[in-house]
Amino acid sequence: MSETRKATAAIVGPGNIGTDLMFKLLRRSEIIQPRFMIGVDPSSDGLRRAASVGLEASHEGVDWLLRQDELPDIVFEATSAKAHAANAPRYAEAGILAVDLTPAAVGPYICPPVNLDFNLDAVNVNMITCGGQATTPMVRAVSDVVDVPYAEIVASISSKSAGPGTRANIDEFTETTSAALEVVGGATRGKAIIILNPVEPPLMMRNSVFCAIPAEAGEPGELQDKILESINAMVERVREYVPGYHLRAEPQFDHARELWRGMARVFIPVEVKGRGDYLPDYAGNLDIITAAAARVGDILAAHRLGVASGWKSSAELGDLDETAESTTTDATAGV
Amino acid sequence: MGDMINTGEDAPVVTHEVTESEVLANTPRGGQERDLRITDSTLRDGSHAMSHQFTEEQVRGVVHALDKAGVQVIEVSHGDGLGGSSFNYGFSRVDEMQLIKAAVEEARQAKIAILMLPGLGTVHELQQAHSMGASVARIATHCTEADVSIQHFGEARRLGMETVGFLMLSHRASPEMLAQQARIMVDAGAQCVYVVDSAGALVLETAQERIKAVLAEIGHEAQVGFHGHQNLSMGIANSVLAYQAGAKQIDGALCALGAGAGNSPTEVLAATFERMGIKTGVDLGEVLSAAEDVVRPFIPRLPWMDRASITQGYAGVYSSFLLHAERAAERYGVPAHQILQRVGEFGYVGGQEDMIIDIALQLAQEQQLGDLAGMGVR
Repeated sequence: MSETRKATAAIVGPGNIGTDLMFKLLRRSEIIQPRFMIGVDPSSDGLRRAASVGLEASHEGVDWLLRQDELPDIVFEATSAKAHAANAPRYAEAGILAVDLTPAAVGPYICPPVNLDFNLDAVNVNMITCGGQATTPMVRAVSDVVDVPYAEIVASISSKSAGPGTRANIDEFTETTSAALEVVGGATRGKAIIILNPVEPPLMMRNSVFCAIPAEAGEPGELQDKILESINAMVERVREYVPGYHLRAEPQFDHARELWRGMARVFIPVEVKGRGDYLPDYAGNLDIITAAAARVGDILAAHRLGVASGWKSSAELGDLDETAESTTTDATAGV
Repeated sequence: MGDMINTGEDAPVVTHEVTESEVLANTPRGGQERDLRITDSTLRDGSHAMSHQFTEEQVRGVVHALDKAGVQVIEVSHGDGLGGSSFNYGFSRVDEMQLIKAAVEEARQAKIAILMLPGLGTVHELQQAHSMGASVARIATHCTEADVSIQHFGEARRLGMETVGFLMLSHRASPEMLAQQARIMVDAGAQCVYVVDSAGALVLETAQERIKAVLAEIGHEAQVGFHGHQNLSMGIANSVLAYQAGAKQIDGALCALGAGAGNSPTEVLAATFERMGIKTGVDLGEVLSAAEDVVRPFIPRLPWMDRASITQGYAGVYSSFLLHAERAAERYGVPAHQILQRVGEFGYVGGQEDMIIDIALQLAQEQQLGDLAGMGVR
């Protein structure tokens, strides 16, 4: 398979997200060859793991990467918002495409089921946040049918799947996700909340989406049916690349209330079961953002090379092979 | 990469260590000597019991009365902290920033505190509250997730605010774990860390051993506080034990106005400590009047130990889930105490009010299946 690959990639940030992304690219992309894994800690488990599957792993950071004779075509940044804000101009100067998995929001927000028709000549794109990848499609599904003056999401993730980057960046998470609910989701105003839950066994990633909708849509009828149809169609589009994405229950409509400024409300409970490329299935929050990033990276690289993206969706891949499962079992310890 | 240890390069640098003299300097004494400081949370935790419908007039009345009674710190925020006004937790009737500003204007000696939960409120809202005149930042995390508050403590200290850490649902962590988490907050800039019994689930020794463990870890650098709830009627007793173990800050609310069965009533704390000869600096007559004449008349329903709130204490459920569970119970035709029981079984934490709808839907479905089975349908 490697003979057909034409673009090389570096993953900067060997944590949970970077490692999961590496496995996705290795297994599913025919165009992108992951070549470098970059970190800053010599004892990093992710660097060791990357070296064991044939990547060049360095703990000397982005400086080391940019010193190499052969630079990668594309870099996936899975560090922190602050780090990406500093690195982004350096990648651009070196002519490297950047797919940003931090909430830095240097480039435009991309959520594959909503706006894959982005500018393919972009040199930097942003993957919002895990919660943003899970919820903006639902807000968009509703705003495609009715006005959504306000959308609110609550993302609950297991403590184990939130690494130090997420923890140090918690405000950036809420602010970037809120902005994406507006820009990508189509709400006039967005608000995002993130909750970490340490319960054992770890809880699966849950996302509650609340949209304010016109009073008429709060009552059973044609408009409400259209919203339901739009939501169900969007769920299917997300499932094309994140098969563990599903609604926990039917969307719940509430009648208009005075306290809601006369608006009605729809509540959409989303659950994301991860596919376990690296972490166990409770970490759907990682799966949904790495799946989106890998897919977008594949499309960008294909465009630059002038070839067709041969991205394999999770559905096409079928069940995980044995190697994948064995990497999954010992992964929890290092989270 | 240990999950609980934040080694991220983005962690804000705390420029100076918190010294004991600084903590003392930041802890006002009022006109007289005190053995402990009472913080009143009527206008924050009480927001839950009021479904976040406080008016500016009510806030001014309560602040005026508490300030006159000598209470030194008065907390004002949405029940779920800054930014809590939302579908998930309930929208505020009046913008909390307006309420904070009114409280600051009304207070003559008391400091106005705010509460914030990282993940819900942001540094931006903290700055806004500070610009309204709030001078104490109380920053709350689930008892095992202290490292999400590091950036917020850094900013609160940079703004020159007094800082207090809040380890919520403290019954869910062992005393040792709680001490480690308190250490993270103090290293980030907290001048006091509270053992917060959000579920009213701690009973006497289990409260006191947590205070002792936290004090042993941080006592030479910062104070320790206790925030109690009445779900098992332990608020006052636990507060006394906390004081006896070395806690210097104790929370209360007038008429117990707070989530679940309410908080330790401020007026009962004042009376009990006075009877024990422990100085709080609070005038008993004035604080009794604040409760009876100012707060009692506007409360729609006094917090009380009923089946649902006792279940919260027993099952260890975040107190503010109570009214949300009651509303879901009504809408989906299932008992509120069963919803709360299941919240406890699933281990949901503060902020996960959205899961209540989920559980109510499940219970309704099970009920329907049960009815069918009762009719002989297999």
